[in-house]
Amino acid sequence: MTFLIKGETETWEVVIGLEVHAQVTSEAKLFSGAPTYFGADPNSQVSFVDAGMPGMLPVINEICVEQAVRTGLGLKAQINNRSVFSRKNYFYADLPQGYQISQFDLPIVGKGTIVLDMPDGVSREIGIERLHLEQDAGKSIHDLHPSKTFIDLNRSGVALMEIVSDPDMRSPEEAGAYLRKLRSILRYLGTCNGNMDEGSMRCDANVSVRPQGEEGLRTRCEIKNVNSIRFVMQAIEYEARRHVDVYESGGEISQETRQYDSNNGETRSMRSKEMAHDYRYFPDPDLLPLVFDDDYVASIKATLPELPDEKKERFISEYGLTAYDAGVLVVERETSVYFEDVAKDRDPKAAANWVISNLFGALNKMGISITDSPITADNLGKLIDLITDNTISGRIAKDVFEIMLEEGKGPDAIVEEKGLKQITDTGPIEDAIGQVMADNPGKVEEYRGGKDKLIGWFVGQVMKQTGGKANPGKLNELLQKKLAP
Amino acid sequence: MTELTQLTLSEARDGLRKGDFSAVELTQAHIKSMETNRDLNVFITEVPGLAIERAKEADHNRSHGKAGALEGLPLGIKDLFCTEGILTTAASHILDGFTPPYESTVTANLKAAGAITLGKTNLDEFAMGSSNESSYYGAAHNPWKRKGDPRYLVPGGSSGGSAAAVAAHTCLGAIGTDTGGSIRQPASFCGVVGMKPTYGRCSRWGVVAFSSSLDQAGPMTRTVRDSAILLAVMAGHDAKDSTSADMPVPDFEAALSGDIKGLRIGLPCEYRPDGLNSDIAALWDKGVGWLKDAGAEVVDISLPHTKYALPTYYIVAPAEASANLARYDGVRFGLRIEGESLDDMYAKTRAAGFGAEVKRRILIGTYALSAGYYDAYYLKAQKVRQLIHQDFVSAFENVDAILTPTTPSSAFPIGENSDDPISMYLNDVFTVPASLAGIPGISIPAGLSSDGLPLGLQLLSKRWDEETLFRVAGVLEEAAGFSGLSIGGEG
Repeated sequence: MTFLIKGETETWEVVIGLEVHAQVTSEAKLFSGAPTYFGADPNSQVSFVDAGMPGMLPVINEICVEQAVRTGLGLKAQINNRSVFSRKNYFYADLPQGYQISQFDLPIVGKGTIVLDMPDGVSREIGIERLHLEQDAGKSIHDLHPSKTFIDLNRSGVALMEIVSDPDMRSPEEAGAYLRKLRSILRYLGTCNGNMDEGSMRCDANVSVRPQGEEGLRTRCEIKNVNSIRFVMQAIEYEARRHVDVYESGGEISQETRQYDSNNGETRSMRSKEMAHDYRYFPDPDLLPLVFDDDYVASIKATLPELPDEKKERFISEYGLTAYDAGVLVVERETSVYFEDVAKDRDPKAAANWVISNLFGALNKMGISITDSPITADNLGKLIDLITDNTISGRIAKDVFEIMLEEGKGPDAIVEEKGLKQITDTGPIEDAIGQVMADNPGKVEEYRGGKDKLIGWFVGQVMKQTGGKANPGKLNELLQKKLAP
Repeated sequence: MTELTQLTLSEARDGLRKGDFSAVELTQAHIKSMETNRDLNVFITEVPGLAIERAKEADHNRSHGKAGALEGLPLGIKDLFCTEGILTTAASHILDGFTPPYESTVTANLKAAGAITLGKTNLDEFAMGSSNESSYYGAAHNPWKRKGDPRYLVPGGSSGGSAAAVAAHTCLGAIGTDTGGSIRQPASFCGVVGMKPTYGRCSRWGVVAFSSSLDQAGPMTRTVRDSAILLAVMAGHDAKDSTSADMPVPDFEAALSGDIKGLRIGLPCEYRPDGLNSDIAALWDKGVGWLKDAGAEVVDISLPHTKYALPTYYIVAPAEASANLARYDGVRFGLRIEGESLDDMYAKTRAAGFGAEVKRRILIGTYALSAGYYDAYYLKAQKVRQLIHQDFVSAFENVDAILTPTTPSSAFPIGENSDDPISMYLNDVFTVPASLAGIPGISIPAGLSSDGLPLGLQLLSKRWDEETLFRVAGVLEEAAGFSGLSIGGEG
């Protein structure tokens, strides 16, 4: 899937690198014991450390270290047994210490990879440059008062993993796929909930363009803090086209930080390179270097869950699913668990079909996730069983599915209650056929006169007569026999 | 009751134990001394009411057999330690009105042992200075004066208030902090014992930070024994400070055996530059003689990177300070001068809130960390710091302790060096290397200059070996027979 921009003079390729800030799933902050619940009252989750009070000192939260290592392992990355926390110095009202504790030249995780499965079936490997731990800042609220800014320090000191990709992506679609895949891995690992709308996962996109075939990278712009995957893709496309326009009109792109405005779909300059902060990084003397041994890493590795790539491979080999179906089913861990519950001791292809074609569509329409599905995996499995043992037809099953969705009941109860059991006895079907033939002597004549296509009409009529419950095979067989001249 | 202020801390402790007097009497005597010595400006905040209240508690505790190690002993606390419910200023305008809702670990340890806080002692602003003159609250004065010279002298710094308070008998002991000599230099100037423990021995939690990799709390007392008693209570591992060491705290007082036979004492040649003050050179020689007489073996050693210590210190300390002081921004506590914008508020607040020396160090530190200069300054300074540390490690393979002068001069008149930062910085030339190496050091008052001012000798030992330091210091103290000021006395 190539994404190229045809300009006046050249065909342009876009080069994208992403920096993702993923909030570490942990009960306490990176360097203090304050809690991290989302949506708490302003300034209700702030320790003296988070507020930058005089004489306060940071102490590393080991859970956050473990989560970072776990994530590094999930990204098949180099784990650095020795890393260093540094101070990144800048002034802002919601940065109480006047510096952010981050990691600079010695991050906890080094190079890794993420594999993207693009819709056209092509796999793309995207390099991870590094992952480091850092503190989040607080939040400035500018719209509560005409001249004042309010500060909420609940987020101050919350642990973030900054995950930096190599500039390996070549289209907005790949950027979107990267974010979805990364989010999927983080959720599998339980190291970040990936909720972009809550700010638990935020993305900065570095974008540049170059004429197709050109070696080396041109000047990039960084689009800061985009808060949905769709907006990231839109912002990249807009920014790439802006670069092309500038180059083709003889201009130069200057390195700068830009902001995406989702209202008009444009990016605009935040600060130029000249205005860029000099962060004056230096190792934080309040903290010792972060050091652990290989056994520590091995103990975390031992608890790693099966990740989407491995699970997809297993679904293909174990259940005989197509790569596409397997890929869809493993995106969310919860979905894969649901599928496996449904598929247990049943036809896995039928299970995949019901989950993907019917359940996903319905849940999408209702705007709910699989964990809130009114149909449990157990009940969906039972529904498939009813088809398999000929209790109901596939067509009736779809009606039962709709009722299950609405009422949340088990399929057995619904079939029983509504009398939807399939009719396989010859008698009632023959009666219905007789009735239809008696009511439509003309049609019978026409059929017998050679109009074979009318068979479909007769099937429909008899089905109608039996309330759709006639076993389709039986019905066909008997109808042929009766209509025969 | 005035004679109660003439007691050493250990004597007062023993007197309370024996019931010779009460904690209330002892505290009242010191409150009176604090009042009569107000001209020295050693306290920024006095808390006599709280002190009496605590003294009553202490007497009550003792009568119920619950006396702590320092039960009922009144102390001065450098105003760099956060004290719950008591104004904490760091001698800076920018902390106006800051009353912490928490207690530093070191002062909490003292409190838990029954010690009584008399007040918060003066210091150089944010502990940056060697004369106390950078205090927003005005310089503390040295209780000592030159013979025939009525001018007030500086007490040294930055823990000048604590040193002067102890020298003037306004408290039994005090605590200070030492970053590049801030305990040892004022102790030398005021004729008291000043002890900087190994970096990591005392928790830094709740101490207003100047230079995090160097700051270390320590006791300031009139005797070596008092120093050992106080440090034992102050020290200990604190999970809230990642740089605090999980090491057992020995019984330092028990280390005062008086026996140094066979110990090897090093004399670093680099500490005897051409032109070393002759009084100081002579005192150092005397010190060597006393230790030899006590059976120690004295050997010449070399600490070859000593000359780089001061420039290294003046990169590392300001660099860390430039970040540590960023939190004083007018947003959450202390002084705020309103401005047109956030940046304008920062600029106005920090311009008004910080004094000249603090601003100088923030600028030096910011420069040293800047893009393009980091490698040349900060990174190089860190490398040199390693070499200085290595000098000591090598030296301590052959010697048990090192003897040097504490300062290159005696106390000077207020105002004499205040317009010359370099000559001010040179005050710390003998104390800074040990700070950079993180090793313990102690200054013992050992004699008087020709114009009648106290002079200190400094002992250094390897990391975590404060016991040897106290042992040698005790011997030196006894041999020197230094007599401090009598109450409120002239030098």
